[in-house]
Amino acid sequence: MSEPDPSSGAGREGAIRRHPLYWLGKAVLPLPSAVALFGEHVMLFGRALSWLMRPPFRLRLVLDQMEFVGVGSLPIIMLVGFFTGAVTALQAILALSLFQQQRYVGFGVGVSLARELAPVFTALMITARAGSGMATELASMKITEQVDALTTFAVNPVQYLVTPRLVASAFMLPVLSMVFNVVGLIGVYVVAILSYHIDLGQVLALFRWGVDPIDYIEGLIKAFFFGITMATCACYQGLSVRGGAKEVGLATTRAVVSTSVTVLVLDYFLIQIMNVLFPYGGL
Amino acid sequence: MEDLHKRDESWQIRIRGLHKSFGSQQVLRGVDLDIERGKINIIIGGSGQGKSVLMKHLMGLLAPDSGHIYVDGQDIIGLSDVAIAKIQRKFGMVFQYAALFDSLNVVENIAFPLLERYRLPKKEVLERVRDLLARLDLGRVTGIEEKFPAELSGGMRKRVGLARALIDRPEILLYDEPTTGLDPIAVRNVDQMIRRTADDFAVTSVVISHDMASTFRIADRIAMLHEGTIVAQGTRRDIMAAPHPVLKEFVEVSGTVAFGGAAS
Repeated sequence: MSEPDPSSGAGREGAIRRHPLYWLGKAVLPLPSAVALFGEHVMLFGRALSWLMRPPFRLRLVLDQMEFVGVGSLPIIMLVGFFTGAVTALQAILALSLFQQQRYVGFGVGVSLARELAPVFTALMITARAGSGMATELASMKITEQVDALTTFAVNPVQYLVTPRLVASAFMLPVLSMVFNVVGLIGVYVVAILSYHIDLGQVLALFRWGVDPIDYIEGLIKAFFFGITMATCACYQGLSVRGGAKEVGLATTRAVVSTSVTVLVLDYFLIQIMNVLFPYGGL
Repeated sequence: MEDLHKRDESWQIRIRGLHKSFGSQQVLRGVDLDIERGKINIIIGGSGQGKSVLMKHLMGLLAPDSGHIYVDGQDIIGLSDVAIAKIQRKFGMVFQYAALFDSLNVVENIAFPLLERYRLPKKEVLERVRDLLARLDLGRVTGIEEKFPAELSGGMRKRVGLARALIDRPEILLYDEPTTGLDPIAVRNVDQMIRRTADDFAVTSVVISHDMASTFRIADRIAMLHEGTIVAQGTRRDIMAAPHPVLKEFVEVSGTVAFGGAAS
């Protein structure tokens, strides 16, 4: 027998690679695990939710988390909110000046803030700050066996760690989003009234005419779901970590990335749903 | 045949035919093991031989594929969550790196099991915590009660972890590789801690370890876990007099104990 031709193997491999089904397979292969991952997130969320109904109720842990997510994030939300409002106002004035209608700036930016900018930016900022913190904390608790220690005292880790974070995030994100709105409008005021000397009366009148409470309600509903998403992703990544300190860092990164992506994708679907629920008949 | 369902004065835990697989990986392949009441029982074995898995079964944190674990004559396999929680109160677990809760201070950490399991007056809880701190030579460390785990030294953390395991007056203490990663002096201190705790608190100690020197210093009983089964078990004297080949290799590699010279 002659030795196998080394090039024939590579040639066959090349042929396989050229086959269109190979690429189809490669494209489809990660799908099952992606679906499984999604399912695991949903299951964690479901378990956290089920512990919400059963004692013991850990009010103190919820309040601690509310402080961490909410109060702790106030400065950054106010800073980002102010500049988001100011920058959007600047761009809006630039566009509106084409038609000499700068007085519409309050209305335009107000609606943008209420419906999109406030909930989405709040979610992204809080993910970077609190979501990453949650993932890191839970991951280091996991690798130092603190999570195992909880179970030895018959304390369910999901109930003790995940549920309070979920509740706190779901409540605090709408609150922070509302703060973002208010501070954003202050940014608009500074740019439009103080810097560009647009008439305050007209800006206000058009703002009241154009911005509907429904806009705010939609924004807050979105923020609520973003809060749930963030806590679920962060806790999932934190609790599923294995290994050492390096894994903790990776878990944090994964938590931030997966939350950010999910928030933006979810945003699209939530808008679609709410367009049906609250038909936008304003204009 | 002896009745495993009856409380036995000399044997506190009796494990029979314990099997456990994770996927295709067989970790425990029929473990038979007896844990002697009030003594220091050390389970030795190399890494990945299933020591931790066995330990988790003892506390009901993992369910076996088959087999039985009798704690004081009660089979804990297949019990309800509530019944398991009751059994778990007989156990205290000392983790490798203490596993203290970072967000709680020393008192809150030690009191955690009490606060979770019972409704006790705050004063009584605090008294019990202080009493325990004193008995473990931690009482005189200034301001220890308010300290957080990150502010403690490794040795202190270990003792606080021990205090948390002891606070609910367990009958059985489990130690997960208590001497791993410690220097020789610290190992001796931990050895003394285990010995003293066993004597002072009259608990049954179960230690999993791969530290041969430490094992031969403090063990009353030794069992060797190898490839998912117990290949040898007995008193320290028995084990040293007629060591199993695997154990012999284990000891010779670690170079710590010379056979022949009986237990001191």
